[in-house]
Amino acid sequence: MIRIDGLVKKFGERVVVDNLDLHIDKGETFGLLGPNGAGKTTTIRILTMLTRATAGRVTIDGRPLPDDELAVKALIGVVPQHLNLDIDLTARENLDLHGRLHHMPAAERARRIDELLEYVELSDRRNDMVHTFSGGMKRRLMIARALLHRPQVLFLDEPTVGLDPQVRRRLWDLIRQLNGEGLTVLLTTHYIEEAESLCGRVAIMDKGRLIALDSPAALCEGLGSHVVEWSENGSTQYRFFTARPEAADFAGQLAVNAILRKSNLEDVFIELTGRKVGD
Amino acid sequence: MNLHDVGTVFWRDWTVLDRRMTKFVLSRMISPILYLVAFGWGLGRGMRMDGGSYLDFIVPGIMALNAMNISFSAVGSPLNMSRLYHKTLEEYLIAPIGAVSFVAGKILAGALRGLISSAVIFVLAYLFGANYTINLWYILTLALTCFLFAAMGFVVAMLIDSHEDMANFSTYVLLPMSFLCATFFSLESMPAMVKVIIEILPLTHATYALRLIGSGGGVPWLSMGVLAMYAAALVGVGVWSMSRVRE
Repeated sequence: MIRIDGLVKKFGERVVVDNLDLHIDKGETFGLLGPNGAGKTTTIRILTMLTRATAGRVTIDGRPLPDDELAVKALIGVVPQHLNLDIDLTARENLDLHGRLHHMPAAERARRIDELLEYVELSDRRNDMVHTFSGGMKRRLMIARALLHRPQVLFLDEPTVGLDPQVRRRLWDLIRQLNGEGLTVLLTTHYIEEAESLCGRVAIMDKGRLIALDSPAALCEGLGSHVVEWSENGSTQYRFFTARPEAADFAGQLAVNAILRKSNLEDVFIELTGRKVGD
Repeated sequence: MNLHDVGTVFWRDWTVLDRRMTKFVLSRMISPILYLVAFGWGLGRGMRMDGGSYLDFIVPGIMALNAMNISFSAVGSPLNMSRLYHKTLEEYLIAPIGAVSFVAGKILAGALRGLISSAVIFVLAYLFGANYTINLWYILTLALTCFLFAAMGFVVAMLIDSHEDMANFSTYVLLPMSFLCATFFSLESMPAMVKVIIEILPLTHATYALRLIGSGGGVPWLSMGVLAMYAAALVGVGVWSMSRVRE
Protein backbone atom coordinates (compact mmCIF):
# COMPACT_ATOMS: atom_id res chain seq x y z
CA MET A 1 0.00 0.00 0.00
CA ILE A 2 2.83 2.38 0.90
CA ARG A 3 6.18 2.01 -0.84
CA ILE A 4 9.07 4.24 0.13
CA ASP A 5 12.34 3.81 -1.79
CA GLY A 6 15.54 5.74 -1.18
CA LEU A 7 13.76 8.58 0.58
CA VAL A 8 16.01 11.51 1.53
CA LYS A 9 15.01 14.77 3.17
CA LYS A 10 17.47 17.53 3.90
CA PHE A 11 16.83 20.87 5.52
CA GLY A 12 19.80 22.81 4.20
CA GLU A 13 22.81 20.65 5.06
CA ARG A 14 21.03 18.78 7.83
CA VAL A 15 19.92 15.28 6.75
CA VAL A 16 16.66 14.41 8.52
CA VAL A 17 15.68 11.30 6.57
CA ASP A 18 18.61 9.32 5.21
CA ASN A 19 17.90 6.90 2.39
CA LEU A 20 14.83 5.26 3.89
CA ASP A 21 13.24 2.17 2.31
CA LEU A 22 9.94 0.94 3.68
CA HIS A 23 7.14 -1.17 2.23
CA ILE A 24 3.86 -1.36 4.10
CA ASP A 25 1.16 -3.81 3.02
CA LYS A 26 -2.53 -3.22 2.75
CA GLY A 27 -4.32 -3.83 6.04
CA GLU A 28 -1.21 -3.58 8.23
CA THR A 29 -0.93 -1.58 11.41
CA PHE A 30 2.62 -0.38 11.15
CA GLY A 31 4.55 1.49 13.82
CA LEU A 32 7.32 3.99 13.25
CA LEU A 33 9.47 4.30 16.37
CA GLY A 34 12.50 6.31 17.23
CA PRO A 35 13.88 8.87 19.63
CA ASN A 36 13.03 12.56 19.25
CA GLY A 37 14.50 13.91 16.05
CA ALA A 38 14.75 10.49 14.40
CA GLY A 39 12.81 11.62 11.35
CA LYS A 40 9.42 9.99 12.05
CA THR A 41 7.32 13.11 11.76
CA THR A 42 9.22 14.31 8.71
CA THR A 43 8.58 10.94 7.06
CA ILE A 44 4.85 11.26 7.77
CA ARG A 45 4.86 14.84 6.52
CA ILE A 46 6.38 13.68 3.25
CA LEU A 47 3.83 10.87 2.94
CA THR A 48 1.00 13.34 3.56
CA MET A 49 2.52 15.88 1.15
CA LEU A 50 3.03 18.60 3.74
CA THR A 51 6.74 18.55 2.92
CA ARG A 52 8.54 17.67 -0.29
CA ALA A 53 11.19 14.95 -0.35
CA THR A 54 14.70 15.91 -1.41
CA ALA A 55 15.15 12.58 -3.23
CA GLY A 56 13.57 9.15 -3.48
CA ARG A 57 10.34 7.63 -4.64
CA VAL A 58 7.10 7.26 -2.70
CA THR A 59 3.91 5.61 -3.91
CA ILE A 60 0.62 5.10 -2.08
CA ASP A 61 -1.68 2.50 -3.59
CA GLY A 62 0.55 2.53 -6.67
CA ARG A 63 0.20 6.28 -7.19
CA PRO A 64 3.41 8.28 -7.15
CA LEU A 65 3.84 11.30 -4.86
CA PRO A 66 3.57 14.17 -5.30
CA ASP A 67 2.63 13.85 -9.02
CA ASP A 68 -0.67 12.16 -8.27
CA GLU A 69 -1.32 14.49 -5.38
CA LEU A 70 -5.08 14.97 -5.59
CA ALA A 71 -5.82 11.24 -6.00
CA VAL A 72 -3.59 10.32 -3.06
CA LYS A 73 -5.10 13.01 -0.86
CA ALA A 74 -8.50 11.40 -1.32
CA LEU A 75 -7.02 8.05 -0.18
CA ILE A 76 -5.34 9.17 3.02
CA GLY A 77 -6.58 10.34 6.39
CA VAL A 78 -4.22 12.24 8.65
CA VAL A 79 -4.18 12.82 12.40
CA PRO A 80 -1.28 15.18 13.06
CA GLN A 81 0.69 15.37 16.27
CA HIS A 82 -0.50 18.83 17.27
CA LEU A 83 -4.16 19.54 17.95
CA ASN A 84 -5.08 21.44 14.82
CA LEU A 85 -8.86 21.63 14.99
CA ASP A 86 -10.41 24.94 14.00
CA ILE A 87 -11.18 26.50 17.38
CA ASP A 88 -13.50 29.08 15.84
CA LEU A 89 -15.87 26.31 14.74
CA THR A 90 -18.03 23.76 16.52
CA ALA A 91 -17.26 20.04 16.45
CA ARG A 92 -19.84 19.51 13.74
CA GLU A 93 -18.61 22.43 11.66
CA ASN A 94 -15.05 21.10 11.84
CA LEU A 95 -16.24 17.84 10.31
CA ASP A 96 -18.45 19.68 7.86
CA LEU A 97 -15.46 21.71 6.65
CA HIS A 98 -13.47 18.52 6.14
CA GLY A 99 -16.31 16.87 4.22
CA ARG A 100 -16.68 19.91 1.98
CA LEU A 101 -12.94 20.01 1.35
CA HIS A 102 -13.19 16.36 0.27
CA HIS A 103 -16.12 17.07 -2.03
CA MET A 104 -18.63 14.90 -0.20
CA PRO A 105 -22.23 15.58 -1.28
CA ALA A 106 -24.33 17.31 1.40
CA ALA A 107 -26.59 14.36 2.27
CA GLU A 108 -23.74 11.87 2.55
CA ARG A 109 -21.71 14.41 4.52
CA ALA A 110 -24.47 14.89 7.07
CA ARG A 111 -25.00 11.13 7.44
CA ARG A 112 -21.30 10.39 7.79
CA ILE A 113 -20.77 13.20 10.33
CA ASP A 114 -23.55 11.81 12.55
CA GLU A 115 -22.15 8.31 12.21
CA LEU A 116 -18.61 9.34 13.16
CA LEU A 117 -19.62 11.61 16.02
CA GLU A 118 -21.49 8.57 17.37
CA TYR A 119 -18.43 6.39 16.75
CA VAL A 120 -16.07 8.62 18.73
CA GLU A 121 -18.80 9.28 21.34
CA LEU A 122 -19.07 13.02 20.83
CA SER A 123 -22.67 13.23 19.59
CA ASP A 124 -23.86 15.16 22.63
CA ARG A 125 -21.14 17.79 22.15
CA ARG A 126 -21.68 18.21 18.42
CA ASN A 127 -22.71 21.87 18.56
CA ASP A 128 -20.16 22.95 21.16
CA MET A 129 -17.18 25.08 20.22
CA VAL A 130 -14.04 23.00 19.98
CA HIS A 131 -12.04 25.22 22.34
CA THR A 132 -14.23 23.94 25.20
CA PHE A 133 -13.10 20.33 24.55
CA SER A 134 -10.57 18.38 26.62
CA GLY A 135 -7.42 17.00 25.00
CA GLY A 136 -8.90 13.52 24.65
CA MET A 137 -12.08 14.83 23.05
CA LYS A 138 -10.08 16.91 20.60
CA ARG A 139 -7.98 13.89 19.69
CA ARG A 140 -11.10 11.77 19.12
CA LEU A 141 -12.64 14.49 16.99
CA MET A 142 -9.44 14.65 14.94
CA ILE A 143 -9.66 10.91 14.32
CA ALA A 144 -13.31 11.30 13.27
CA ARG A 145 -12.25 14.09 10.94
CA ALA A 146 -9.49 11.98 9.40
CA LEU A 147 -11.95 9.12 8.78
CA LEU A 148 -14.80 11.21 7.40
CA HIS A 149 -14.00 10.80 3.70
CA ARG A 150 -13.47 7.02 4.07
CA PRO A 151 -9.69 6.93 3.55
CA GLN A 152 -7.84 3.67 2.93
CA VAL A 153 -4.71 4.68 4.77
CA LEU A 154 -4.67 6.40 8.15
CA PHE A 155 -1.61 8.30 9.37
CA LEU A 156 -1.45 8.84 13.11
CA ASP A 157 1.43 10.95 14.39
CA GLU A 158 1.79 10.39 18.15
CA PRO A 159 -1.95 9.82 18.53
CA THR A 160 -2.03 9.40 22.31
CA VAL A 161 0.55 11.88 23.51
CA GLY A 162 -0.59 13.73 26.63
CA LEU A 163 -3.72 11.65 27.19
CA ASP A 164 -5.04 9.87 30.29
CA PRO A 165 -4.41 6.11 30.35
CA GLN A 166 -8.17 5.48 30.06
CA VAL A 167 -8.45 7.62 26.95
CA ARG A 168 -5.37 6.00 25.47
CA ARG A 169 -6.84 2.55 25.88
CA ARG A 170 -10.05 3.70 24.22
CA LEU A 171 -8.12 5.10 21.31
CA TRP A 172 -6.18 1.85 21.00
CA ASP A 173 -9.47 -0.05 20.79
CA LEU A 174 -10.64 2.37 18.14
CA ILE A 175 -7.47 1.91 16.09
CA ARG A 176 -7.73 -1.90 16.36
CA GLN A 177 -11.34 -1.75 15.28
CA LEU A 178 -10.46 0.40 12.26
CA ASN A 179 -7.66 -1.92 11.29
CA GLY A 180 -10.08 -4.84 11.63
CA GLU A 181 -12.26 -3.12 9.06
CA GLY A 182 -9.39 -3.23 6.56
CA LEU A 183 -7.81 0.18 7.05
CA THR A 184 -4.04 0.40 6.67
CA VAL A 185 -2.63 2.29 9.67
CA LEU A 186 0.76 3.94 9.95
CA LEU A 187 1.47 5.38 13.37
CA THR A 188 4.43 7.01 15.02
CA THR A 189 4.84 6.86 18.74
CA HIS A 190 7.41 6.94 21.39
CA TYR A 191 5.25 5.02 23.81
CA ILE A 192 6.83 1.65 23.19
CA GLU A 193 3.97 -0.34 24.75
CA GLU A 194 1.65 1.38 22.31
CA ALA A 195 3.56 0.00 19.35
CA GLU A 196 3.84 -3.40 21.04
CA SER A 197 0.13 -3.59 21.64
CA LEU A 198 -1.10 -2.26 18.29
CA CYS A 199 1.41 -2.92 15.55
CA GLY A 200 1.99 -6.06 13.51
CA ARG A 201 5.35 -4.69 12.42
CA VAL A 202 7.48 -1.84 13.62
CA ALA A 203 10.36 0.09 12.11
CA ILE A 204 12.85 1.77 14.41
CA MET A 205 14.47 4.91 13.09
CA ASP A 206 17.46 6.73 14.49
CA LYS A 207 19.10 9.86 13.07
CA GLY A 208 17.04 9.54 9.90
CA ARG A 209 18.00 5.92 9.22
CA LEU A 210 16.05 2.71 9.47
CA ILE A 211 17.90 0.55 12.01
CA ALA A 212 15.41 -2.28 12.59
CA LEU A 213 12.28 -3.62 10.95
CA ASP A 214 10.24 -6.61 12.11
CA SER A 215 7.35 -7.70 14.32
CA PRO A 216 7.75 -6.68 17.97
CA ALA A 217 8.08 -10.35 19.00
CA ALA A 218 10.78 -11.10 16.42
CA LEU A 219 12.74 -8.00 17.44
CA CYS A 220 12.65 -9.14 21.06
CA GLU A 221 13.81 -12.62 20.11
CA GLY A 222 16.63 -11.23 18.03
CA LEU A 223 17.95 -9.54 21.14
CA GLY A 224 17.28 -12.51 23.42
CA SER A 225 13.88 -13.34 24.81
CA HIS A 226 15.01 -13.01 28.45
CA VAL A 227 16.80 -10.25 30.20
CA VAL A 228 18.60 -9.93 33.50
CA GLU A 229 18.58 -6.50 35.00
CA TRP A 230 20.75 -5.43 37.93
CA SER A 231 22.13 -2.32 39.48
CA GLU A 232 25.82 -1.49 39.42
CA ASN A 233 27.35 1.80 40.59
CA GLY A 234 24.01 3.47 40.46
CA SER A 235 23.15 2.59 36.88
CA THR A 236 21.07 -0.31 35.66
CA GLN A 237 22.82 -3.00 33.63
CA TYR A 238 21.09 -5.35 31.19
CA ARG A 239 22.12 -8.68 29.71
CA PHE A 240 20.06 -10.63 27.19
CA PHE A 241 19.72 -14.40 26.90
CA THR A 242 17.98 -16.65 24.41
CA ALA A 243 16.79 -19.13 27.05
CA ARG A 244 15.56 -18.78 30.58
CA PRO A 245 17.92 -21.30 32.30
CA GLU A 246 21.04 -19.45 31.08
CA ALA A 247 19.59 -16.20 32.30
CA ALA A 248 18.77 -17.75 35.67
CA ASP A 249 22.33 -19.12 36.01
CA PHE A 250 23.78 -15.72 35.25
CA ALA A 251 21.48 -13.97 37.69
CA GLY A 252 22.44 -16.55 40.38
CA GLN A 253 26.12 -15.68 40.01
CA LEU A 254 25.60 -11.98 40.54
CA ALA A 255 26.52 -10.56 43.93
CA VAL A 256 23.61 -8.13 43.93
CA ASN A 257 19.86 -8.52 43.57
CA ALA A 258 18.80 -8.98 39.98
CA ILE A 259 15.54 -9.12 38.07
CA LEU A 260 14.91 -11.81 35.48
CA ARG A 261 12.11 -11.04 33.00
CA LYS A 262 11.04 -11.41 29.38
CA SER A 263 12.50 -8.83 27.06
CA ASN A 264 10.20 -6.24 25.55
CA LEU A 265 10.23 -3.75 22.71
CA GLU A 266 11.54 -1.06 25.00
CA ASP A 267 14.69 -3.12 25.57
CA VAL A 268 15.12 -3.45 21.83
CA PHE A 269 14.57 0.25 21.39
CA ILE A 270 17.15 1.19 23.98
CA GLU A 271 19.71 -1.36 22.82
CA LEU A 272 19.43 -0.10 19.25
CA THR A 273 19.18 3.63 19.77
CA GLY A 274 21.55 3.91 22.71
CA ARG A 275 21.17 4.71 26.38
CA LYS A 276 21.84 8.38 26.07
CA VAL A 277 19.01 10.81 25.62
CA GLY A 278 19.20 12.12 22.09
CA ASP A 279 19.72 15.76 21.30
CA MET B 1 -9.49 26.99 -9.65
CA ASN B 2 -12.55 25.08 -8.54
CA LEU B 3 -15.55 27.20 -7.58
CA HIS B 4 -16.81 24.57 -5.16
CA ASP B 5 -13.50 24.71 -3.28
CA VAL B 6 -13.45 28.51 -3.30
CA GLY B 7 -16.93 28.27 -1.80
CA THR B 8 -15.75 25.87 0.91
CA VAL B 9 -12.90 28.13 2.01
CA PHE B 10 -15.26 31.10 1.94
CA TRP B 11 -17.94 29.15 3.84
CA ARG B 12 -15.60 28.55 6.76
CA ASP B 13 -14.78 32.25 7.13
CA TRP B 14 -18.41 33.22 6.66
CA THR B 15 -19.51 30.76 9.37
CA VAL B 16 -17.05 32.34 11.79
CA LEU B 17 -18.05 35.90 10.85
CA ASP B 18 -21.77 35.17 10.94
CA ARG B 19 -21.48 34.03 14.56
CA ARG B 20 -19.79 37.29 15.57
CA MET B 21 -21.56 39.68 13.19
CA THR B 22 -22.98 42.03 15.83
CA LYS B 23 -19.65 42.34 17.62
CA PHE B 24 -17.89 42.81 14.30
CA VAL B 25 -20.18 45.62 13.15
CA LEU B 26 -20.07 47.42 16.50
CA SER B 27 -16.28 47.28 16.74
CA ARG B 28 -16.02 48.57 13.16
CA MET B 29 -17.82 51.77 14.17
CA ILE B 30 -15.18 53.01 16.59
CA SER B 31 -12.29 54.22 14.47
CA PRO B 32 -14.45 55.81 11.71
CA ILE B 33 -16.37 57.73 14.37
CA LEU B 34 -13.08 58.95 15.85
CA TYR B 35 -11.87 60.10 12.44
CA LEU B 36 -15.18 61.78 11.64
CA VAL B 37 -15.31 63.57 14.97
CA ALA B 38 -11.63 64.57 15.15
CA PHE B 39 -11.05 65.53 11.53
CA GLY B 40 -14.57 66.19 10.29
CA TRP B 41 -16.08 68.11 13.18
CA GLY B 42 -13.02 69.17 15.16
CA LEU B 43 -10.19 70.04 12.82
CA GLY B 44 -12.18 70.64 9.67
CA ARG B 45 -15.05 72.79 10.90
CA GLY B 46 -15.42 75.70 8.51
CA MET B 47 -12.61 74.42 6.29
CA ARG B 48 -13.25 74.15 2.52
CA MET B 49 -11.53 71.62 0.27
CA ASP B 50 -12.06 71.30 -3.50
CA GLY B 51 -15.22 73.37 -3.26
CA GLY B 52 -16.87 71.17 -0.61
CA SER B 53 -16.65 70.79 3.15
CA TYR B 54 -13.60 69.12 4.70
CA LEU B 55 -15.90 66.37 5.92
CA ASP B 56 -16.93 65.61 2.33
CA PHE B 57 -13.25 65.58 1.40
CA ILE B 58 -12.15 63.04 4.00
CA VAL B 59 -15.04 60.56 3.70
CA PRO B 60 -13.44 58.84 0.65
CA GLY B 61 -10.11 58.83 2.50
CA ILE B 62 -11.64 57.22 5.57
CA MET B 63 -13.43 54.74 3.30
CA ALA B 64 -10.18 53.77 1.60
CA LEU B 65 -8.05 53.45 4.71
CA ASN B 66 -10.75 51.51 6.49
CA ALA B 67 -11.10 49.14 3.52
CA MET B 68 -7.36 48.66 3.63
CA ASN B 69 -7.03 48.03 7.35
CA ILE B 70 -10.05 45.76 7.74
CA SER B 71 -9.45 43.63 4.65
CA PHE B 72 -5.77 43.27 5.47
CA SER B 73 -6.29 42.23 9.06
CA ALA B 74 -9.28 40.01 8.23
CA VAL B 75 -6.93 37.74 6.28
CA GLY B 76 -3.46 38.55 7.61
CA SER B 77 -3.59 37.89 11.30
CA PRO B 78 -5.84 34.77 11.31
CA LEU B 79 -3.96 33.16 8.43
CA ASN B 80 -0.60 33.84 10.05
CA MET B 81 -1.87 32.28 13.31
CA SER B 82 -3.36 29.38 11.39
CA ARG B 83 -0.08 28.68 9.64
CA LEU B 84 2.34 29.18 12.54
CA TYR B 85 0.39 28.54 15.71
CA HIS B 86 -2.89 26.66 15.31
CA LYS B 87 -1.60 24.70 12.29
CA THR B 88 -5.11 24.64 10.87
CA LEU B 89 -3.64 25.59 7.49
CA GLU B 90 -2.52 21.94 7.26
CA GLU B 91 -6.13 20.83 7.07
CA TYR B 92 -6.36 22.69 3.75
CA LEU B 93 -2.93 21.56 2.56
CA ILE B 94 -3.87 17.91 3.17
CA ALA B 95 -7.22 18.28 1.39
CA PRO B 96 -7.60 17.66 -2.34
CA ILE B 97 -8.05 21.31 -3.27
CA GLY B 98 -5.83 23.51 -5.40
CA ALA B 99 -3.76 26.45 -4.18
CA VAL B 100 -5.64 28.97 -6.33
CA SER B 101 -8.99 27.96 -4.80
CA PHE B 102 -7.64 28.46 -1.29
CA VAL B 103 -6.11 31.83 -2.12
CA ALA B 104 -9.31 33.01 -3.84
CA GLY B 105 -11.61 31.83 -1.03
CA LYS B 106 -9.52 33.49 1.70
CA ILE B 107 -9.17 36.79 -0.18
CA LEU B 108 -12.86 36.97 -1.06
CA ALA B 109 -13.83 36.31 2.56
CA GLY B 110 -11.44 39.05 3.71
CA ALA B 111 -12.78 41.46 1.09
CA LEU B 112 -16.32 40.77 2.28
CA ARG B 113 -15.36 41.88 5.80
CA GLY B 114 -13.88 45.02 4.29
CA LEU B 115 -17.09 45.71 2.38
CA ILE B 116 -19.32 45.16 5.40
CA SER B 117 -17.22 47.61 7.41
CA SER B 118 -17.45 50.06 4.47
CA ALA B 119 -21.23 49.84 4.64
CA VAL B 120 -20.98 50.81 8.32
CA ILE B 121 -19.05 53.94 7.32
CA PHE B 122 -21.58 54.85 4.61
CA VAL B 123 -24.21 55.02 7.29
CA LEU B 124 -22.01 56.87 9.79
CA ALA B 125 -20.83 59.44 7.23
CA TYR B 126 -24.43 60.07 6.24
CA LEU B 127 -25.39 60.60 9.89
CA PHE B 128 -22.48 63.04 10.26
CA GLY B 129 -23.93 65.01 7.37
CA ALA B 130 -21.42 64.28 4.60
CA ASN B 131 -22.44 64.61 0.94
CA TYR B 132 -21.32 61.91 -1.46
CA THR B 133 -22.53 60.05 -4.52
CA ILE B 134 -22.57 56.29 -4.55
CA ASN B 135 -22.90 54.44 -7.81
CA LEU B 136 -21.82 51.12 -9.24
CA TRP B 137 -18.30 52.41 -9.95
CA TYR B 138 -17.92 53.52 -6.35
CA ILE B 139 -18.83 50.07 -5.08
CA LEU B 140 -16.60 48.42 -7.68
CA THR B 141 -13.61 50.56 -6.67
CA LEU B 142 -14.24 49.84 -3.03
CA ALA B 143 -14.51 46.09 -3.73
CA LEU B 144 -11.26 46.20 -5.71
CA THR B 145 -9.54 48.03 -2.84
CA CYS B 146 -10.80 45.45 -0.32
CA PHE B 147 -9.69 42.62 -2.61
CA LEU B 148 -6.23 44.16 -3.06
CA PHE B 149 -5.56 44.56 0.64
CA ALA B 150 -7.03 41.18 1.54
CA ALA B 151 -4.55 39.75 -0.99
CA MET B 152 -1.76 41.76 0.65
CA GLY B 153 -2.82 40.29 4.01
CA PHE B 154 -2.63 36.82 2.49
CA VAL B 155 0.86 37.32 1.08
CA VAL B 156 2.24 38.89 4.24
CA ALA B 157 0.72 36.15 6.44
CA MET B 158 2.34 33.48 4.29
CA LEU B 159 5.76 35.10 4.07
CA ILE B 160 6.28 36.49 7.57
CA ASP B 161 7.28 33.86 10.11
CA SER B 162 6.39 35.57 13.36
CA HIS B 163 3.26 37.09 14.75
CA GLU B 164 5.19 40.04 16.10
CA ASP B 165 6.56 40.91 12.67
CA MET B 166 2.99 40.89 11.35
CA ALA B 167 2.29 43.78 13.72
CA ASN B 168 5.51 45.45 12.57
CA PHE B 169 4.36 45.24 8.96
CA SER B 170 1.21 47.13 9.92
CA THR B 171 3.28 49.76 11.71
CA TYR B 172 5.80 50.26 8.92
CA VAL B 173 3.54 49.92 5.89
CA LEU B 174 -0.15 50.26 6.64
CA LEU B 175 -0.02 53.02 9.24
CA PRO B 176 2.05 55.42 7.09
CA MET B 177 -0.22 54.71 4.12
CA SER B 178 -3.28 55.45 6.28
CA PHE B 179 -2.11 59.02 6.81
CA LEU B 180 -0.05 59.81 3.72
CA CYS B 181 -2.10 58.53 0.81
CA ALA B 182 -4.18 61.66 0.21
CA THR B 183 -6.63 60.43 2.83
CA PHE B 184 -6.78 63.62 4.95
CA PHE B 185 -5.13 66.23 2.71
CA SER B 186 -4.56 67.04 -0.92
CA LEU B 187 -1.21 66.02 -2.41
CA GLU B 188 -0.96 69.33 -4.26
CA SER B 189 0.89 70.91 -1.35
CA MET B 190 3.50 68.10 -1.17
CA PRO B 191 7.07 68.49 -2.51
CA ALA B 192 7.30 66.90 -5.98
CA MET B 193 9.57 64.00 -4.90
CA VAL B 194 7.33 63.06 -2.00
CA LYS B 195 4.29 63.28 -4.24
CA VAL B 196 5.82 60.83 -6.73
CA ILE B 197 6.52 58.29 -3.99
CA ILE B 198 3.05 58.65 -2.50
CA GLU B 199 1.46 58.27 -5.91
CA ILE B 200 3.07 54.87 -6.35
CA LEU B 201 1.27 53.54 -3.28
CA PRO B 202 -1.99 51.65 -3.87
CA LEU B 203 -4.01 53.41 -1.18
CA THR B 204 -3.45 56.76 -2.91
CA HIS B 205 -5.22 55.43 -5.98
CA ALA B 206 -8.04 54.02 -3.92
CA THR B 207 -8.54 57.46 -2.33
CA TYR B 208 -8.25 59.27 -5.68
CA ALA B 209 -10.74 56.97 -7.34
CA LEU B 210 -13.29 57.08 -4.52
CA ARG B 211 -12.98 60.87 -4.22
CA LEU B 212 -13.49 61.42 -7.94
CA ILE B 213 -16.49 59.08 -8.23
CA GLY B 214 -17.98 60.24 -4.93
CA SER B 215 -18.00 63.86 -6.10
CA GLY B 216 -19.68 62.84 -9.34
CA GLY B 217 -16.54 63.25 -11.45
CA GLY B 218 -16.56 60.25 -13.79
CA VAL B 219 -14.57 57.03 -13.89
CA PRO B 220 -10.88 57.18 -12.85
CA TRP B 221 -9.51 54.57 -15.24
CA LEU B 222 -5.84 55.11 -14.40
CA SER B 223 -6.30 54.64 -10.65
CA MET B 224 -8.52 51.61 -11.15
CA GLY B 225 -5.92 50.14 -13.49
CA VAL B 226 -3.21 50.63 -10.88
CA LEU B 227 -5.37 48.98 -8.21
CA ALA B 228 -6.12 46.04 -10.53
CA MET B 229 -2.42 45.57 -11.28
CA TYR B 230 -1.49 45.58 -7.61
CA ALA B 231 -4.27 43.09 -6.90
CA ALA B 232 -3.21 40.75 -9.71
CA ALA B 233 0.45 40.84 -8.63
CA LEU B 234 -0.44 40.10 -4.99
CA VAL B 235 -2.70 37.18 -5.96
CA GLY B 236 0.18 35.81 -8.03
CA VAL B 237 2.58 36.00 -5.10
CA GLY B 238 -0.11 34.48 -2.88
CA VAL B 239 -0.44 31.42 -5.11
CA TRP B 240 3.34 31.07 -5.26
CA SER B 241 3.53 31.27 -1.44
CA MET B 242 1.26 28.23 -1.22
CA SER B 243 3.85 26.05 -2.93
CA ARG B 244 6.67 27.56 -0.86
CA VAL B 245 4.97 26.51 2.38
CA ARG B 246 5.68 22.84 1.57
CA GLU B 247 9.47 23.07 1.58
